[in-house]
Amino acid sequence: MPIYLPIADLPINIFLILGLGAAVGFISGMFGVGGGFLMTPLLILIGIPPAIAVSTVPTHMAASSFSGTLSYWQKKLVDQSLAFILLGGSLVGTWLGVWFFSVLRRMGQLDLFIAIAYIVLLSGVGAMLSFESIRAIIRSWRGTPPVLRRPGTHAWFHGLPLKLRFRQSRIYVSAIPVVVIGLAIGFLGAILGVGGGFLLVPALIYLLRVPTTVAVASSMFITLMTMLLATVLQAAQNHTVDAVLGLTLMVGGVIGAQFGSRAGQAIRAEQLRFLLGLLILGVAARVASDLIHAPVELFSIIPVERLR
Amino acid sequence: MNRAFAKILAAAAFAGLVLFAAAPASAQKLVTSVSTHRVLVNSSFTGAELVVFGTIEDAANAQIGKYDVVVTVRGPTRSYITRQKGRVVGLWVNTSSREFTRVPSYLAVLSNRPIRELGEPDFLRRNRIGLTNHVFAQQIGSDVADVTPNDPFRAAFLRVREAEGAYISDPSGVTFVTPRLFRATVQILGTALTGDYEVETLLISNGTVLAKQQTAFEVVKTGFEAFVAVESRRHALYYGITVAILAIVAGFIASLLFRR
Repeated sequence: MPIYLPIADLPINIFLILGLGAAVGFISGMFGVGGGFLMTPLLILIGIPPAIAVSTVPTHMAASSFSGTLSYWQKKLVDQSLAFILLGGSLVGTWLGVWFFSVLRRMGQLDLFIAIAYIVLLSGVGAMLSFESIRAIIRSWRGTPPVLRRPGTHAWFHGLPLKLRFRQSRIYVSAIPVVVIGLAIGFLGAILGVGGGFLLVPALIYLLRVPTTVAVASSMFITLMTMLLATVLQAAQNHTVDAVLGLTLMVGGVIGAQFGSRAGQAIRAEQLRFLLGLLILGVAARVASDLIHAPVELFSIIPVERLR
Repeated sequence: MNRAFAKILAAAAFAGLVLFAAAPASAQKLVTSVSTHRVLVNSSFTGAELVVFGTIEDAANAQIGKYDVVVTVRGPTRSYITRQKGRVVGLWVNTSSREFTRVPSYLAVLSNRPIRELGEPDFLRRNRIGLTNHVFAQQIGSDVADVTPNDPFRAAFLRVREAEGAYISDPSGVTFVTPRLFRATVQILGTALTGDYEVETLLISNGTVLAKQQTAFEVVKTGFEAFVAVESRRHALYYGITVAILAIVAGFIASLLFRR
C-alpha cells in the first residue's frame, strides 16, 4: 500500500516504513541506542533523499526513546545528574560539530571523511564490545563470578578535581571526563548525523564504569532530549522534517522499542553487549564494502537543495 | 489624435508580424490538447498518466502520412550535482563533480519513430529535438555553459536520469490513430516535482519544422499533503514543535498500551 510523503515528495510502501521502524525500534529499545546509525542509511537505501532522512530520523528516535525512557525512569535506572552533565557537554559538542561539518563541506571531502569516521568508530567500538563481552561470557560459563568492579584500577582521570558522586551509577568521578565524553558524543553525532548512543553506551560502561543497565537507561534519556531538540531545529532551519514519514516510522518504532526493551532486560548484560558489538561491526563492514568494491555506476546524481 | 494613430500603426505592424511569422507554416496547422491540466498529488499518489492529443490540419492534403510528430514534456527546473567515483589508494571515493544548473527535473521526448531518422544532426540540434540535443547547462567555474554531447559527465547525467525514469526517450511514444490524428502517453513518476510542466509538440516533415504547438499542465499537492507541505514552511517552528510533541505522544501511547 503506497503512501505519499509530502516533504520528501515521493510515494513509498507504508508497510516497508512500518517494518523498518519496528525493526530499528526493537534494536533501539534493546540496546538503549537511538538507532540512527542504522535507520539513516536504511532510509537512504530505499530512496528517501539524504537531507530528509537525516532530519526525519530524530522524530522516530524521539518517539521510541520516549517509551523506553519512561519504562527505565519508572524503574529509577536513569542517572539524572550524570545525564544532565553529559547533555550539557553534548550540546556544546553538537554546535562545534555543525561548524566542523561546514568546514569539511567547503573542502569537498565530506563523504570520504564520514565513511572513514564511520568505519574507524564502528569497527573500534564494535570490536571492543564483542571481545570484552566474549571474555565475560567465557568467565560466567566457567563459573567464575563476573568482575563488576575492579578495585584499584584507577584511570588517570580519577585524579581530576570537581569530583561528584553519581548515585545510580555507583561511581565517584570528576565532572571533567563526563563533560568531555558529552562533548565528543555531540561532536561526532553532528558530523555523522547520528544520535551517538552507540558511542555513549560503551563510553559510559568502559570509561566511567557505569553499570550496563544504568548506562543504557541514561543514554536513552539523553537520546530523547537531543532528538527532540534536533527535530525542532531541523524543522525550523531546514524544513526537511517529513511528518508523514516520521509518524509512520514512529508507530512501528514505539511498538518495536517496547518489545526491544523487554528483550534487553531479559538477556544477560554481557550477552547484550556481545550482540550490540556484532551489530555495530556489521554496519562497519557494510560501509567498508562500499568503499572497497567497484560500484556498478561510477556516477551519482543528487539534487542541489532548493534555495531558501 | 496622434496617440490613436500610433495605436493603429502598432496594431497593423503586429498583424503583419503575425502573418509573416505564420506564413511558412500556413499550409499545416497543429492543434493539441492534454487530457488533464492539473495532476493532483494526494496521499495515494504514485504517479500519473496523461494523454496528449493532436490533429494536423493540412490544407493541401498532399503530405498526409509523411508527417513526423515529436512531443517534448519539460518539468520544473532544478539543479543537480553529478559526482564521479574513482579509486584512490584502493578505496572508491568521489573524485570529481559537476553541477548541472536549472535543468528539467522531468524530460520526456516522445516521437513516432527514432529521433535520428527525423533529420540531419545539425537540424535536430538547432531545434533541440531529442534528449541529447537538449541544453544541460553546467556550472564551470563562474560560467554556466553546455558542453559537447560526448562529455562523460553529460552522458552520465542523462544515463542515470533515464535509469531513474525521470528522463524518457520513447521513439514509439507517438502513435497515429488516423493519418491526421495522433496521441502520445506521458508517464509522470510518483517522485515528480510539483510545478508547471510544458508540453511542446513539433510537426516535422523532410527535415523542417512545419508547425509548433505549446500547452501545459501542472502538478499540485492537495488536501493533507498540501497542508503539511505549506505549514512546514510557513510555520516552521510550530510545525517542528508539533512533530516533537507527536513523537512524545506516540511514545506515551505505546508505553500505556504495552503496560503489563
